Amino acid sequence: MSDFETVAASEDPNARRGPSGEPNAPNQVGGTAVTPGRPRSLAGDAWRDLRRKPIFWISSALVLVVTAMAAVPALFTAADPADCLLSRQHAGPSGGAIFGYDFQGCNTYARAVYGARASLLVGALSALLTGLIALTVGMLAGYFGRWIDAILSRVIDIVLGIPLLLAAIVLLKRVASDSATIRIAAVIFVLAVLGWTTTARVVRSSVITAKEQDYVSAARMLGASNSRIMWRHILPNTLAPAIVVLTIALGSFIAAEATLSFLGIGLKEPTISWGIDINNGRVHMRESATPLMVPSTFLALTVLAFIMLGDAIRDAFDPKLR
Amino acid sequence: MVRFILRRLLQMVLAFFGTTLIVYALMFAGQGDPIQALAGERPVTDAQRAYLTEKFHLDRTGIDGFFYRYFDYIRNLLQGDLGESLTGRQIGDILAAAWPVTIKLALIAMTVTVLVGVTAGVLAGIRRASIFDNSTLLLTLVVLAVPTIVLAPIAQYLLGVRWQLFPPTAGADPDFYALLLPGIVLGSLSLATALRLTRTSVAENLRADYVRTARSKGLVKRRIVSIHVLRNSLIPVVTFLGVELGNLMGGAIITEGVFNIPGVGFNLFRAIRTEDGPLVVGIVSVLVVVYLVANLVVDVLYAVLDPRIRYE
Repeated sequence: MSDFETVAASEDPNARRGPSGEPNAPNQVGGTAVTPGRPRSLAGDAWRDLRRKPIFWISSALVLVVTAMAAVPALFTAADPADCLLSRQHAGPSGGAIFGYDFQGCNTYARAVYGARASLLVGALSALLTGLIALTVGMLAGYFGRWIDAILSRVIDIVLGIPLLLAAIVLLKRVASDSATIRIAAVIFVLAVLGWTTTARVVRSSVITAKEQDYVSAARMLGASNSRIMWRHILPNTLAPAIVVLTIALGSFIAAEATLSFLGIGLKEPTISWGIDINNGRVHMRESATPLMVPSTFLALTVLAFIMLGDAIRDAFDPKLR
Repeated sequence: MVRFILRRLLQMVLAFFGTTLIVYALMFAGQGDPIQALAGERPVTDAQRAYLTEKFHLDRTGIDGFFYRYFDYIRNLLQGDLGESLTGRQIGDILAAAWPVTIKLALIAMTVTVLVGVTAGVLAGIRRASIFDNSTLLLTLVVLAVPTIVLAPIAQYLLGVRWQLFPPTAGADPDFYALLLPGIVLGSLSLATALRLTRTSVAENLRADYVRTARSKGLVKRRIVSIHVLRNSLIPVVTFLGVELGNLMGGAIITEGVFNIPGVGFNLFRAIRTEDGPLVVGIVSVLVVVYLVANLVVDVLYAVLDPRIRYE
């Protein structure tokens, strides 16, 4: 069940920080990374670093392709994924069906292409919702500290302690509706409600660092209100690390959606989802393996692309790794 | 130390009641007529209705009745009585038959993780930025990113069906050989994390002052690595492995489902499929308890292993 938790957990920046950490190393995004001579911004530095990485370009390209697939699937295939004829069951490749047909006689490739939409929709919207919850909670806990922080941190601890897959099973079993929109909304809601904690911790710690900066004291001295300081001065500093974590989380959410649909409690037919198709293909793998392999490859590459992208960006933004 | 354990225990008790309450409320509160839900489409006679109302204490209504039934469920849970599944089997019996298989599977996965993950992690940490290091990093990234629902069926197809190196499914009473492939698949995820954790930890400790001291005292590198560095580096790895063992116990829903291993995860997988509500709640409650206890043990272990960490 920890597919989508371990990834995030293993990226915990604290795991990398040990007793031997160099005392003066800037270890926070938003810290100062000024080179002698011409000063460059941290983002500029990161961009120079990123440009030279093939992994960054490969994963960006993959993300772009999948996004295009989700937006305009007709660009990639002329076939209709709902056009299934049982007489074509497990038929080999022909014409528009470059990977042949599945058990129900549907075009395997067309179904995989059209499956991108549900996956990306769930991934992106859950990441967005997660970001909103995490920014709010992390900002309140980090900025106000004291009892607000104490309470919110305990809430984070408790939610973090709930096994994601088990909780998602219990929550989604309550959704009786078979309507596609309601099911997608339910999956998004469940993933966001269970998955915001890691990001909230990241936001909280960067808020705590940012609020000690001189410019925040200066703004406060000039009479800026709490909300103005949070919104204008601290938020921009927490966005970069939050976006990096969310990129990785987006990949994990896509994997989680597919897992739930695979189990039969996430999205349901007639919504086209890679998880459903993998499960269907698995059952008939002895007769024909392509209906299993094709959606599996699409799913794995998409998740991999988002995680690699987030990983590359994080490495570029983390000066400690240089 | 005693204070820390007590505090942690108290936290766990709170978390236990919190999670079980949520699980219970979600499964049983406000679902319309529970007796009709139990019977499905068939009509329920008055006698049956009266009997079931009596049996499940449904005559008490409102919040009061809900908490009455919730504490009834907790009392039964603590006494080890998990009730019956919809098929009429005792959930306790189902779990008793399933645990040994799941534990065997988890131990295989754990062995693979420790043998391969930690060894490769130490090597990668020592030779940081070498070809070996970079290729393990890339490989573990791929393993971490590929979901189990992809990894398990494809491993089953390629190694089990196509090349026939392993039995593709396990069946009723699986032996070690039948559990080996699922164990590797299940362990691959924790293997990747353990490898990365060991690698960073070793690489970081190699730069520590005590290593410089040891080196300047003239100790050979082998001794520095195996005695000084390894001992300090394995603290985070051991705690991770502890958490992971707890995860593996209940986390094998997909792997056990795909490979037909009659463990706890498989029963949950099947209970979801057959919409067996009581069985789902029973298994999930037990798994949550296992998870909480595993986390507690790990936290205490952490504090014992590393005296710098005491959550006061």
